[in-house]
Amino acid sequence: MVVSGLKTPADLERFRDEARAAERRYRSRVLVCMTGCRSLGAVELGKAFREQLAAAGLGDEVSVVDAGCHGPCSLAPAVVIEPQEFLYGGVKPDDVDEIIELTLRQGLPVERLCQSSNGKPVAVARDVAFYRGQRRDVLADCGRVDPVRIEDAVARGAYAAAAKALTSMQPDEVVAEVRGSGLRGRGGAGFPTGVKWDLCRRAPGDPKYLICNADEGDPGAFMDRALLEGVPHQVLEGMVIAAYAIGASHGFVYVRAEYPIAVEHVSVALAQAREYGLLGPDIFGSGFSFDIELRMGAGAFVCGEESALIASLEGHRGMPRPRPPFPVQKGYLGKPTVINNVETLANVPLILARGKDAYASIGTDGSKGTKIFALAGKVQNTGLVEVPMGASLRDVIFGIGQGVAEGREFKAAQMGGPSGGCVPAEFLDLPIDYDSVKSIGAIMGSGGLIVMDDQTCMVDVARFFLEFVQDESCGKCPPCRIGSRHMLDILRRICAGEGREGDVDQLRELAEEIRAGSLCGLGQTAPNPVLTTIRYFRDEYDSHIREGYCPAHVCAGLFHYLVLEDVCIGCGACQRRCPADAIVGERKKPHRILPEKCTYCGACFEVCPSSAIAKVRPAGGPNE
Amino acid sequence: MAAAETTLPMDLAPALQVLAEMQPITESSIIPLLQRLQTSYGYLPRDVVIEVCERTGLPLSRVFGVATFYAQFHLTPRGRHVVRCCRGTACHVRGGHRIAQSLRSELGVDDGGTTEDLRFTLETVACLGTCFLAPVIMVDEDYYGSVKPAKISSILARYE
Repeated sequence: MVVSGLKTPADLERFRDEARAAERRYRSRVLVCMTGCRSLGAVELGKAFREQLAAAGLGDEVSVVDAGCHGPCSLAPAVVIEPQEFLYGGVKPDDVDEIIELTLRQGLPVERLCQSSNGKPVAVARDVAFYRGQRRDVLADCGRVDPVRIEDAVARGAYAAAAKALTSMQPDEVVAEVRGSGLRGRGGAGFPTGVKWDLCRRAPGDPKYLICNADEGDPGAFMDRALLEGVPHQVLEGMVIAAYAIGASHGFVYVRAEYPIAVEHVSVALAQAREYGLLGPDIFGSGFSFDIELRMGAGAFVCGEESALIASLEGHRGMPRPRPPFPVQKGYLGKPTVINNVETLANVPLILARGKDAYASIGTDGSKGTKIFALAGKVQNTGLVEVPMGASLRDVIFGIGQGVAEGREFKAAQMGGPSGGCVPAEFLDLPIDYDSVKSIGAIMGSGGLIVMDDQTCMVDVARFFLEFVQDESCGKCPPCRIGSRHMLDILRRICAGEGREGDVDQLRELAEEIRAGSLCGLGQTAPNPVLTTIRYFRDEYDSHIREGYCPAHVCAGLFHYLVLEDVCIGCGACQRRCPADAIVGERKKPHRILPEKCTYCGACFEVCPSSAIAKVRPAGGPNE
Repeated sequence: MAAAETTLPMDLAPALQVLAEMQPITESSIIPLLQRLQTSYGYLPRDVVIEVCERTGLPLSRVFGVATFYAQFHLTPRGRHVVRCCRGTACHVRGGHRIAQSLRSELGVDDGGTTEDLRFTLETVACLGTCFLAPVIMVDEDYYGSVKPAKISSILARYE
């Protein structure tokens, strides 16, 4: 590539044309997800494609792209083949020969690797249930580009919106455009992005700073990870535009150290952007200068909270500060600072490219554009999903996600991580936007969406989140530090079968105190998972406390494992697997579990070949 | 703590190199500084941190305050391999707590502990962001998804 130093929008266009021409030299592209799918053998798969294509003499006709996430993570390793747009799941190196022969030579799908609908194979990605209900605007290029090649990004239009903003718009116009688009922060609270920018732009103080918050700590959320890994240049472009709008000369990407691939891809993207003059002095000859520093988090959930994040960047313990003053007034080093979430910034180039009205035509009255969700838990299709604001939970979980496993029953969707809540089945048709989700006690949060079925105990889920909060509370505010400890003690007691009458009321009281007495979002929202489970699943709490019974068969001791004597074939598999020697019985005769020795590890239940082990209500409980 | 703190004089050369590369060092660079020191030494040896504070003028109390706040920093030696067990929501509802239990009993250490032979350090992390693989563990940079308790020992056996 001869182009280096893109000094004008015309240079960028020339570079884009060259990159497109280079791409068109290939008649077909094999897009292998090399991010999340790496964990299930994508590296070996990519290697197999390259070697076998070369051996087949197709190396110059077909290119293999180490791409970002395609979305349907349950199909890992997932491969998309252009131009047919075939989606293949669970692809192994052994499948490569057949794909080359059928698809890359003859243009036909390999049906056994396709998804199916009503027993018929569906080869083309957009026809698959997982994609049908989606609107992939922000994720459009994720899975289509090699994230470590700036040529791929530019070929798809990256940095064109930045060029337009910097060379043909005043910063105020950029702010107005984003304000008019109705974009709200995707990190959780949903504050209007344009308003935040405007406040910072007007705030006295120099220099100003821009921080990309990539400290995605919510358990169950991986949207930001996918964006940074899959389309790092889109995020950097959003940052260039944001920095220009607010007048920042220096930016940070604050990313979790637990995301090594994201760190790697962002570092590479930063180096490339600098090399091509997209970061640094006088970008596009506009006189505007901006550079970005990559900082790795050091493992503290609270640092996703903006004032704690700033403290961490300044080299302090990550503890939140009282507000006002807000970061837009006094942020990093006491200077005006905007902190935007990764997904928010990834939306910005779209707004500038399409115009605020086109952007605002998608979504609901109060929530514009699309939202990315990380769909996981007890759902058939897990993965990364993008839908217009206002889509219903039912669309996402039962349409795109294809519901819970066969024979299981949907119980709740956990939205918004430890700050969010559990949404029960009765609200499945609620349109998802910031305000409606809030009205039922959950929050949109960053987009983690964990599906729970009838085998999930809601009291145990509440305990799980309180354990998390207790671990991650920075300790500054006693209501959060000590109050969450008390709540956790009560929940542990209930899960151990030692709950008392009045426990639920006390949980509610403590929740109120913690909410009122904590400085930051972590503490203020910490009781949400407890309050929503009490609100919608009170019967489960009562069953634990009054009957000593866990209806979901999760809490140890509040149910029993029992061998069904007429089904047991006496194979002894459970006996061999039991780590507690709690199973007795002779070969070929029904076995028996000794409740006093059982540790409820579930190994026998898992290993039994004839499903002869049942989970039952403990005998001799107060009601039996 | 399984591994006792070393009493040998620490080799300061890696620390000095980090200091030279990171000039100028301000309070804002405390976290990146500790991260690089930890990469060089595998953990944050007490003597090295004291020496670095003396050379840079950073208050020792401040640096230790930071080092003890963040989960990533370790003041004792670590195993050659780090096993991270995810305790995220998706892993939890798919039986992640049983994976954690198996790891603890297999390695004979608690969360945060290091085996006596310095082969493994066990950590639980809030979420690895690979919820579609739940329950998931990570050994060094390798991910293992849909882990079952029975698979733990064969996974660990791959790491010497």
